[in-house]
Amino acid sequence: MTTTKKCEDVSKQLIAYLDRRANSADRNEVEAHLATCGACHERAEEFRQMFGVLDALPTVEPSLGFDARLHARIAEEPRSRWFGWMIPHPRLAFALALLLALSVWTGDLPRATSNGEAATAATEQQDFEAIKDLGVLENYDVLSKFDALSEVPAEPSPADQQAKPVNDQNPDQPPATQE
Amino acid sequence: MEHSGALQLYGNASVSYTIDAMVRTDVELMLQVKAGDDESFNLLLQKYRTPLVNFLFRMVKEKATAEDLAQEVFLRVYRARKQYSPSAKFTTWMFRIATNLALNSVRDNRHRQTDVSIDVPLEEDEKPVQLPTREMRIDEHMIERDRSEFIRRTIQALPEKQRVAVLLHKYEEMDYAEIAKILDCSESALKSLLFRAYETLRVQLAPLVGQRSGEGRQ
Repeated sequence: MTTTKKCEDVSKQLIAYLDRRANSADRNEVEAHLATCGACHERAEEFRQMFGVLDALPTVEPSLGFDARLHARIAEEPRSRWFGWMIPHPRLAFALALLLALSVWTGDLPRATSNGEAATAATEQQDFEAIKDLGVLENYDVLSKFDALSEVPAEPSPADQQAKPVNDQNPDQPPATQE
Repeated sequence: MEHSGALQLYGNASVSYTIDAMVRTDVELMLQVKAGDDESFNLLLQKYRTPLVNFLFRMVKEKATAEDLAQEVFLRVYRARKQYSPSAKFTTWMFRIATNLALNSVRDNRHRQTDVSIDVPLEEDEKPVQLPTREMRIDEHMIERDRSEFIRRTIQALPEKQRVAVLLHKYEEMDYAEIAKILDCSESALKSLLFRAYETLRVQLAPLVGQRSGEGRQ
Protein backbone atom coordinates (compact mmCIF):
# COMPACT_ATOMS: atom_id res chain seq x y z
CA MET A 1 0.00 0.00 0.00
CA THR A 2 2.80 2.31 0.97
CA THR A 3 4.72 1.35 -2.17
CA THR A 4 1.72 2.12 -4.41
CA LYS A 5 1.27 5.52 -2.82
CA LYS A 6 4.94 6.21 -3.22
CA CYS A 7 4.80 5.28 -6.92
CA GLU A 8 1.93 7.69 -7.47
CA ASP A 9 3.83 10.48 -5.78
CA VAL A 10 6.95 9.78 -7.80
CA SER A 11 5.09 9.61 -11.10
CA LYS A 12 3.94 13.20 -10.55
CA GLN A 13 7.55 14.29 -10.05
CA LEU A 14 8.98 12.15 -12.81
CA ILE A 15 8.73 14.72 -15.63
CA ALA A 16 10.37 17.46 -13.57
CA TYR A 17 13.07 14.96 -12.56
CA LEU A 18 13.77 13.90 -16.13
CA ASP A 19 13.94 17.45 -17.49
CA ARG A 20 16.22 18.43 -14.60
CA ARG A 21 13.86 21.06 -13.22
CA ALA A 22 13.12 19.30 -9.93
CA ASN A 23 14.67 20.76 -6.82
CA SER A 24 17.36 18.78 -5.05
CA ALA A 25 15.03 17.40 -2.37
CA ASP A 26 12.54 16.05 -4.94
CA ARG A 27 15.39 14.79 -7.06
CA ASN A 28 16.90 12.80 -4.20
CA GLU A 29 13.49 11.41 -3.32
CA VAL A 30 12.83 10.26 -6.90
CA GLU A 31 16.31 8.75 -7.27
CA ALA A 32 15.93 6.84 -4.03
CA HIS A 33 12.59 5.45 -5.19
CA LEU A 34 13.85 4.54 -8.67
CA ALA A 35 16.70 2.61 -7.12
CA THR A 36 14.26 0.34 -5.31
CA CYS A 37 11.21 0.23 -7.64
CA GLY A 38 11.72 -1.66 -10.87
CA ALA A 39 8.38 -0.62 -12.40
CA CYS A 40 9.03 3.09 -11.87
CA HIS A 41 12.59 2.71 -13.10
CA GLU A 42 11.32 1.14 -16.31
CA ARG A 43 8.71 3.82 -16.71
CA ALA A 44 11.31 6.55 -16.26
CA GLU A 45 13.43 4.90 -18.97
CA GLU A 46 10.47 4.87 -21.34
CA PHE A 47 9.88 8.56 -20.69
CA ARG A 48 13.53 9.24 -21.34
CA GLN A 49 13.36 7.41 -24.66
CA MET A 50 10.17 9.22 -25.56
CA PHE A 51 11.92 12.56 -24.96
CA GLY A 52 14.65 11.36 -27.31
CA VAL A 53 12.05 10.64 -29.99
CA LEU A 54 10.53 14.11 -29.54
CA ASP A 55 13.99 15.63 -30.01
CA ALA A 56 14.02 14.22 -33.52
CA LEU A 57 11.25 16.58 -34.62
CA PRO A 58 12.86 18.93 -37.15
CA THR A 59 12.50 22.68 -36.99
CA VAL A 60 11.28 24.85 -39.84
CA GLU A 61 12.69 28.20 -40.85
CA PRO A 62 10.46 31.15 -41.67
CA SER A 63 10.31 31.93 -45.37
CA LEU A 64 12.73 34.50 -46.73
CA GLY A 65 10.08 37.15 -47.22
CA PHE A 66 8.82 36.92 -43.64
CA ASP A 67 10.48 40.10 -42.36
CA ALA A 68 9.67 42.07 -45.51
CA ARG A 69 5.99 41.13 -45.32
CA LEU A 70 5.85 42.06 -41.65
CA HIS A 71 7.53 45.42 -42.26
CA ALA A 72 5.09 46.10 -45.08
CA ARG A 73 2.18 45.41 -42.74
CA ILE A 74 3.69 47.62 -40.06
CA ALA A 75 4.16 50.40 -42.62
CA GLU A 76 0.43 50.21 -43.35
CA GLU A 77 -0.35 50.78 -39.69
CA PRO A 78 -1.67 54.28 -38.97
CA ARG A 79 1.06 56.40 -37.42
CA SER A 80 0.30 58.14 -34.15
CA ARG A 81 0.11 61.93 -34.51
CA TRP A 82 0.94 64.66 -32.05
CA PHE A 83 -2.75 65.35 -31.58
CA GLY A 84 -3.53 61.68 -31.21
CA TRP A 85 -4.26 62.09 -27.52
CA MET A 86 -7.16 64.36 -28.41
CA ILE A 87 -8.80 61.70 -30.56
CA PRO A 88 -11.11 59.77 -28.25
CA HIS A 89 -11.49 56.06 -28.19
CA PRO A 90 -14.03 54.94 -30.82
CA ARG A 91 -16.51 53.65 -28.24
CA LEU A 92 -16.18 56.80 -26.17
CA ALA A 93 -16.61 58.92 -29.29
CA PHE A 94 -19.75 57.01 -30.24
CA ALA A 95 -21.18 57.40 -26.73
CA LEU A 96 -20.45 61.13 -26.75
CA ALA A 97 -22.04 61.57 -30.19
CA LEU A 98 -25.10 59.63 -29.06
CA LEU A 99 -25.40 61.79 -25.95
CA LEU A 100 -25.09 64.95 -28.02
CA ALA A 101 -27.73 63.78 -30.50
CA LEU A 102 -30.08 62.88 -27.65
CA SER A 103 -29.68 66.27 -26.00
CA VAL A 104 -30.30 68.08 -29.32
CA TRP A 105 -33.36 65.96 -29.99
CA THR A 106 -34.87 66.52 -26.55
CA GLY A 107 -34.07 70.24 -26.81
CA ASP A 108 -36.09 70.51 -30.03
CA LEU A 109 -39.18 68.96 -28.46
CA PRO A 110 -42.08 71.45 -27.65
CA ARG A 111 -41.77 72.39 -24.02
CA ALA A 112 -45.57 72.37 -23.23
CA THR A 113 -47.20 69.01 -23.37
CA SER A 114 -51.00 68.50 -23.51
CA ASN A 115 -51.12 68.13 -19.73
CA GLY A 116 -49.14 71.29 -19.34
CA GLU A 117 -51.57 73.21 -21.54
CA ALA A 118 -54.54 71.97 -19.51
CA ALA A 119 -52.83 72.95 -16.29
CA THR A 120 -52.09 76.43 -17.67
CA ALA A 121 -55.72 76.90 -18.80
CA ALA A 122 -57.04 75.84 -15.40
CA THR A 123 -54.77 78.35 -13.69
CA GLU A 124 -55.94 81.15 -15.97
CA GLN A 125 -59.58 80.25 -15.26
CA GLN A 126 -58.93 80.36 -11.51
CA ASP A 127 -57.22 83.74 -11.86
CA PHE A 128 -60.18 85.04 -13.84
CA GLU A 129 -62.63 83.71 -11.25
CA ALA A 130 -60.66 85.51 -8.57
CA ILE A 131 -60.82 88.90 -10.22
CA LYS A 132 -64.10 88.91 -12.16
CA ASP A 133 -66.14 90.11 -9.22
CA LEU A 134 -63.40 92.42 -8.05
CA GLY A 135 -65.31 95.52 -9.29
CA VAL A 136 -68.31 94.59 -7.20
CA LEU A 137 -66.28 93.67 -4.17
CA GLU A 138 -64.31 96.92 -4.32
CA ASN A 139 -67.50 98.98 -4.55
CA TYR A 140 -68.03 99.97 -0.94
CA ASP A 141 -71.55 101.28 -1.53
CA VAL A 142 -72.72 98.01 -2.99
CA LEU A 143 -71.11 95.96 -0.27
CA SER A 144 -72.40 98.12 2.58
CA LYS A 145 -75.98 98.14 1.30
CA PHE A 146 -76.15 94.57 0.18
CA ASP A 147 -77.47 92.61 3.18
CA ALA A 148 -77.63 89.35 1.30
CA LEU A 149 -73.81 89.25 1.21
CA SER A 150 -73.73 88.55 4.91
CA GLU A 151 -75.40 85.22 4.17
CA VAL A 152 -72.85 84.23 1.55
CA PRO A 153 -70.73 81.35 2.87
CA ALA A 154 -66.99 81.78 3.13
CA GLU A 155 -66.40 79.34 0.26
CA PRO A 156 -68.56 79.42 -2.84
CA SER A 157 -71.16 76.69 -3.00
CA PRO A 158 -71.89 74.71 -6.19
CA ALA A 159 -75.06 76.78 -6.54
CA ASP A 160 -72.97 79.92 -6.68
CA GLN A 161 -70.82 78.43 -9.33
CA GLN A 162 -73.92 77.64 -11.39
CA ALA A 163 -75.08 81.24 -11.01
CA LYS A 164 -71.79 82.61 -12.26
CA PRO A 165 -72.62 82.45 -15.98
CA VAL A 166 -75.43 84.95 -15.31
CA ASN A 167 -72.91 87.33 -13.77
CA ASP A 168 -70.49 86.63 -16.57
CA GLN A 169 -72.88 88.36 -18.96
CA ASN A 170 -72.41 91.69 -17.21
CA PRO A 171 -70.03 91.65 -14.31
CA ASP A 172 -70.62 95.30 -13.59
CA GLN A 173 -74.36 94.75 -12.87
CA PRO A 174 -75.36 93.70 -9.40
CA PRO A 175 -76.69 90.18 -8.96
CA ALA A 176 -80.33 89.47 -9.84
CA THR A 177 -81.22 88.93 -6.20
CA GLN A 178 -80.47 92.57 -5.58
CA GLU A 179 -83.40 93.52 -7.80
CA MET B 1 28.92 51.62 -27.00
CA GLU B 2 29.98 47.99 -26.65
CA HIS B 3 27.34 47.06 -29.15
CA SER B 4 28.78 49.26 -31.83
CA GLY B 5 32.18 47.68 -31.12
CA ALA B 6 30.74 44.24 -31.78
CA LEU B 7 29.24 45.57 -34.98
CA GLN B 8 32.64 46.79 -36.17
CA LEU B 9 34.34 43.59 -35.14
CA TYR B 10 32.11 41.21 -37.02
CA GLY B 11 31.00 43.51 -39.82
CA ASN B 12 27.93 41.35 -40.34
CA ALA B 13 24.46 42.70 -39.65
CA SER B 14 22.92 39.40 -38.61
CA VAL B 15 25.75 38.54 -36.22
CA SER B 16 25.69 41.96 -34.61
CA TYR B 17 21.91 41.68 -34.26
CA THR B 18 22.28 38.40 -32.40
CA ILE B 19 24.89 39.78 -30.02
CA ASP B 20 22.87 42.93 -29.39
CA ALA B 21 19.75 40.87 -28.75
CA MET B 22 21.66 38.69 -26.31
CA VAL B 23 23.18 41.61 -24.43
CA ARG B 24 19.93 43.47 -23.89
CA THR B 25 17.03 41.74 -22.18
CA ASP B 26 13.68 41.41 -23.88
CA VAL B 27 12.13 43.88 -21.47
CA GLU B 28 14.84 46.44 -22.24
CA LEU B 29 14.29 45.95 -25.94
CA MET B 30 10.54 46.26 -25.60
CA LEU B 31 10.87 49.43 -23.54
CA GLN B 32 13.04 50.83 -26.32
CA VAL B 33 10.34 49.88 -28.82
CA LYS B 34 7.84 51.68 -26.62
CA ALA B 35 10.07 54.74 -26.75
CA GLY B 36 9.92 54.62 -30.56
CA ASP B 37 13.05 52.62 -31.41
CA ASP B 38 12.07 50.39 -34.32
CA GLU B 39 15.54 48.84 -34.42
CA SER B 40 14.85 47.19 -31.05
CA PHE B 41 11.69 45.72 -32.52
CA ASN B 42 13.80 44.22 -35.31
CA LEU B 43 16.03 42.61 -32.68
CA LEU B 44 13.02 41.01 -31.01
CA LEU B 45 11.77 39.90 -34.41
CA GLN B 46 15.11 38.32 -35.25
CA LYS B 47 15.28 36.59 -31.88
CA TYR B 48 11.78 35.13 -31.78
CA ARG B 49 10.56 34.69 -35.33
CA THR B 50 11.88 31.11 -35.69
CA PRO B 51 10.68 29.83 -32.27
CA LEU B 52 7.32 31.47 -32.87
CA VAL B 53 6.86 30.05 -36.37
CA ASN B 54 7.85 26.58 -35.13
CA PHE B 55 5.49 26.76 -32.17
CA LEU B 56 2.62 27.86 -34.41
CA PHE B 57 3.52 25.33 -37.12
CA ARG B 58 3.27 22.54 -34.55
CA MET B 59 -0.05 23.96 -33.39
CA VAL B 60 -1.80 24.55 -36.72
CA LYS B 61 0.05 22.08 -38.99
CA GLU B 62 0.28 24.38 -42.03
CA LYS B 63 3.40 26.45 -42.44
CA ALA B 64 1.69 29.23 -44.37
CA THR B 65 -0.94 29.59 -41.64
CA ALA B 66 1.77 29.46 -38.99
CA GLU B 67 3.66 32.30 -40.69
CA ASP B 68 0.50 34.38 -41.02
CA LEU B 69 -0.23 33.88 -37.33
CA ALA B 70 3.36 34.67 -36.37
CA GLN B 71 3.11 37.92 -38.32
CA GLU B 72 -0.13 38.71 -36.52
CA VAL B 73 1.60 38.10 -33.18
CA PHE B 74 4.42 40.52 -34.02
CA LEU B 75 1.93 43.03 -35.36
CA ARG B 76 -0.05 42.90 -32.13
CA VAL B 77 3.11 43.31 -30.09
CA TYR B 78 4.00 46.34 -32.21
CA ARG B 79 0.50 47.83 -31.91
CA ALA B 80 0.54 47.38 -28.13
CA ARG B 81 4.02 48.88 -27.68
CA LYS B 82 2.71 52.16 -26.26
CA GLN B 83 0.75 50.35 -23.55
CA TYR B 84 3.54 47.89 -22.74
CA SER B 85 4.54 47.62 -19.10
CA PRO B 86 7.12 45.08 -17.94
CA SER B 87 4.81 43.37 -15.45
CA ALA B 88 5.51 39.92 -16.91
CA LYS B 89 8.21 38.31 -19.02
CA PHE B 90 8.11 39.36 -22.63
CA THR B 91 8.00 35.75 -23.81
CA THR B 92 5.03 35.02 -21.53
CA TRP B 93 3.13 37.88 -23.11
CA MET B 94 4.14 37.01 -26.67
CA PHE B 95 3.44 33.28 -26.40
CA ARG B 96 0.14 33.98 -24.71
CA ILE B 97 -0.89 36.01 -27.75
CA ALA B 98 0.43 33.24 -30.00
CA THR B 99 -1.43 30.54 -28.07
CA ASN B 100 -4.73 32.40 -28.25
CA LEU B 101 -4.34 33.04 -31.97
CA ALA B 102 -3.37 29.43 -32.63
CA LEU B 103 -6.26 27.99 -30.65
CA ASN B 104 -8.72 30.32 -32.40
CA SER B 105 -7.31 29.29 -35.76
CA VAL B 106 -7.55 25.60 -34.89
CA ARG B 107 -11.15 26.02 -33.74
CA ASP B 108 -12.09 28.03 -36.82
CA ASN B 109 -10.68 25.37 -39.13
CA ARG B 110 -11.89 22.39 -37.16
CA HIS B 111 -14.64 21.64 -39.65
CA ARG B 112 -12.00 21.19 -42.33
CA GLN B 113 -9.83 18.97 -40.21
CA THR B 114 -9.72 15.30 -41.03
CA ASP B 115 -8.61 12.47 -38.85
CA VAL B 116 -4.95 12.41 -38.00
CA SER B 117 -3.29 9.91 -40.26
CA ILE B 118 0.23 9.40 -41.48
CA ASP B 119 -1.20 8.33 -44.84
CA VAL B 120 -2.03 11.92 -45.75
CA PRO B 121 0.62 13.13 -48.22
CA LEU B 122 2.99 15.82 -47.11
CA GLU B 123 2.58 19.30 -48.45
CA GLU B 124 5.57 20.80 -50.17
CA ASP B 125 6.25 23.31 -47.42
CA GLU B 126 5.99 20.65 -44.73
CA LYS B 127 9.16 18.94 -45.80
CA PRO B 128 11.87 19.20 -43.21
CA VAL B 129 14.20 21.91 -44.42
CA GLN B 130 17.26 20.72 -42.58
CA LEU B 131 18.87 17.79 -44.29
CA PRO B 132 21.04 15.46 -42.23
CA THR B 133 24.74 16.17 -42.35
CA ARG B 134 25.68 12.64 -43.35
CA GLU B 135 24.66 11.26 -46.69
CA MET B 136 21.45 9.32 -46.61
CA ARG B 137 19.93 6.91 -49.02
CA ILE B 138 16.62 8.03 -50.47
CA ASP B 139 14.65 5.36 -48.63
CA GLU B 140 16.31 6.38 -45.36
CA HIS B 141 15.39 9.98 -46.00
CA MET B 142 11.77 9.03 -46.67
CA ILE B 143 11.66 6.97 -43.49
CA GLU B 144 13.06 9.93 -41.60
CA ARG B 145 10.40 12.22 -43.04
CA ASP B 146 7.62 9.78 -42.19
CA ARG B 147 9.00 9.46 -38.70
CA SER B 148 9.03 13.24 -38.19
CA GLU B 149 5.55 13.51 -39.59
CA PHE B 150 4.31 10.78 -37.28
CA ILE B 151 5.74 12.60 -34.26
CA ARG B 152 4.23 15.89 -35.35
CA ARG B 153 0.81 14.41 -35.92
CA THR B 154 0.91 12.53 -32.63
CA ILE B 155 1.57 15.81 -30.83
CA GLN B 156 -1.21 17.49 -32.81
CA ALA B 157 -3.61 14.75 -31.75
CA LEU B 158 -3.22 15.77 -28.10
CA PRO B 159 -5.98 17.88 -26.52
CA GLU B 160 -5.35 21.61 -27.11
CA LYS B 161 -4.11 22.52 -23.65
CA GLN B 162 -1.87 19.46 -23.38
CA ARG B 163 -0.43 20.23 -26.79
CA VAL B 164 0.40 23.83 -25.85
CA ALA B 165 1.94 22.64 -22.58
CA VAL B 166 4.16 20.07 -24.32
CA LEU B 167 5.29 22.48 -27.04
CA LEU B 168 6.20 25.20 -24.56
CA HIS B 169 7.82 22.76 -22.14
CA LYS B 170 9.72 20.52 -24.54
CA TYR B 171 10.56 22.80 -27.45
CA GLU B 172 10.56 26.31 -25.97
CA GLU B 173 12.06 25.05 -22.69
CA MET B 174 9.96 27.41 -20.62
CA ASP B 175 9.74 26.95 -16.87
CA TYR B 176 6.58 25.74 -15.21
CA ALA B 177 5.63 29.15 -13.82
CA GLU B 178 5.75 30.79 -17.23
CA ILE B 179 3.76 28.03 -18.96
CA ALA B 180 1.19 28.13 -16.16
CA LYS B 181 0.75 31.86 -16.73
CA ILE B 182 0.31 31.38 -20.46
CA LEU B 183 -2.26 28.65 -19.93
CA ASP B 184 -3.86 30.51 -17.03
CA CYS B 185 -3.64 27.60 -14.60
CA SER B 186 -1.74 26.70 -11.45
CA GLU B 187 1.67 25.07 -11.56
CA SER B 188 0.24 21.99 -9.92
CA ALA B 189 -2.46 21.73 -12.60
CA LEU B 190 0.20 22.23 -15.27
CA LYS B 191 2.30 19.36 -13.90
CA SER B 192 -0.71 17.06 -14.03
CA LEU B 193 -1.47 18.27 -17.55
CA LEU B 194 2.08 17.60 -18.68
CA PHE B 195 2.16 14.19 -17.06
CA ARG B 196 -1.03 13.14 -18.84
CA ALA B 197 0.28 14.49 -22.15
CA TYR B 198 3.65 12.74 -21.87
CA GLU B 199 1.95 9.54 -20.73
CA THR B 200 -0.09 9.58 -23.96
CA LEU B 201 2.99 10.36 -26.04
CA ARG B 202 4.97 7.60 -24.31
CA VAL B 203 2.38 5.06 -25.43
CA GLN B 204 1.78 6.51 -28.91
CA LEU B 205 5.43 6.99 -29.78
CA ALA B 206 6.57 3.65 -28.37
CA PRO B 207 6.80 2.11 -31.89
CA LEU B 208 9.41 4.73 -32.82
CA VAL B 209 11.63 4.01 -29.85
CA GLY B 210 14.76 2.18 -31.02
CA GLN B 211 13.82 2.34 -34.71
CA ARG B 212 17.09 4.05 -35.51
CA SER B 213 20.29 2.91 -33.94
CA GLY B 214 21.92 5.55 -31.80
CA GLU B 215 18.71 7.60 -31.47
CA GLY B 216 15.76 7.21 -29.22
CA ARG B 217 17.55 4.98 -26.78
CA GLN B 218 19.87 6.37 -24.14
